[in-house]
Amino acid sequence: MYAHPFSYHRAQSLGEATKLLHQLGEEARVIAGGQSLIPLMKMRLARPSALIDINFVPGLAGIKSQDGEIRFGALARHADIEMSEDVAGIPILHDCAAGIADVQVRNQGTIGGSLAEADPSGDWGATLLTLETSVVCSGAEGERAVKLEEFFKDAYTTVLGREELVRDVIVKKPAKNSGGAYVAFKRSAPVYATASAAVQLTLDAKEHCKEARIVLGCVGLTAIRAKQAEAELQGKRIDERAAGRAAEAAREAAEPQSDMRGSAEYKRALVAALVKRAIGIALRRAGGERVEAGHEYVGR
Amino acid sequence: MSGAEKITVRILVNGEAREALVEPRTLLVDFLRENLNLTGTHIGCDTTYCGACTVLLNGRTVKSCTLFAPMADGGEITTVEGLSSKDGALHPVQNAFAECHGLQCGYCTPGLLLSTVHLLSKVAKPTEKQIRKAIAGNTCRCTGYQNILKAIRMAAGEMEKR
Repeated sequence: MYAHPFSYHRAQSLGEATKLLHQLGEEARVIAGGQSLIPLMKMRLARPSALIDINFVPGLAGIKSQDGEIRFGALARHADIEMSEDVAGIPILHDCAAGIADVQVRNQGTIGGSLAEADPSGDWGATLLTLETSVVCSGAEGERAVKLEEFFKDAYTTVLGREELVRDVIVKKPAKNSGGAYVAFKRSAPVYATASAAVQLTLDAKEHCKEARIVLGCVGLTAIRAKQAEAELQGKRIDERAAGRAAEAAREAAEPQSDMRGSAEYKRALVAALVKRAIGIALRRAGGERVEAGHEYVGR
Repeated sequence: MSGAEKITVRILVNGEAREALVEPRTLLVDFLRENLNLTGTHIGCDTTYCGACTVLLNGRTVKSCTLFAPMADGGEITTVEGLSSKDGALHPVQNAFAECHGLQCGYCTPGLLLSTVHLLSKVAKPTEKQIRKAIAGNTCRCTGYQNILKAIRMAAGEMEKR
């Protein structure tokens, strides 16, 4: 399959990319790993007139840990994040990075590209919304940091201006008595998940839930924060029943559509099960236990 | 169409400097097959699913149907043609697939070989789980995977001996 013809421009710096976006007009697109954009272009669902390749911009792929936060360059590949020692201390990030599609896609796809693409089934949105995350956007006017909650506007739509692009993703490290988990269900490795749940729990000294963040993926136009589900846990000791109530609230919060991956009803049931499972894993991790989690599929 | 202006792409393929003048929308797999006549890399699904088009780009596996050739410009690529040595001796991974009958029709094999080479370059003694995860992006419709798994285990053992 061939994409619609386009002109190709290689940016050597973010400033040059911004200039090219200005010069090349509205139909120009930035390409990073291309693992979402290229399939869309091959199916002619996207027909940019020009591509601005930022893969050759130096210094944009780093992962740095300092002052209680981790800074991901826009070009940090999922595979780099999976292997990063800094990320190993925040299990929910590892869950997400290590299970996106397959090895080949993780070697190429980037965290910045994933957020900028804002695919409703993207894994990073749901995962990062459970943490304090900001997106550093770079444009002709300079840089601005946008909270991730405000970054996503709609499916495939972010607050990025036409001549703006993602430079860094900054994640605040969770507290010591905090634990999270990302659990996604997919039909096979290379595909997008059918539904996913991201949970981050912070406990107090009495092991009651001080703070809960619960975000659902693939079941709405953007990732959905399930606030009622969070309220079912906040201030309480999390037991089987509390987790069950939160899972029920998450089922209500989901806004799935029936499609080739399953019916809306099936996806709601799946969301409830995934949330319950993620709460269990997050709780054990908050208690210091090492637990494996991530994407689940047949043949794993 | 002004947008289709051709550009020169230069890539070190299997240790040889190669170049061709192509439309920017040329996929890496088509660059390899059509421009360089390296037809060992296959096109299966053409939708980033099956992994038949897997090659190594700068030491890491990528699906060459999901990369425009200019994005690999200046890089280093290994295809299945680059696995055997110059005298024709098979790579240990190729040997193991032959020994264990890790293929039937052979269509997915070039991709599986490169995914295995990539895995063993990172992990010398992979666990069963690591092996399964490493080939989750390679689809085989013949073997049921059991002999492929056997071949990868054997290749890991052989390469460790070297």
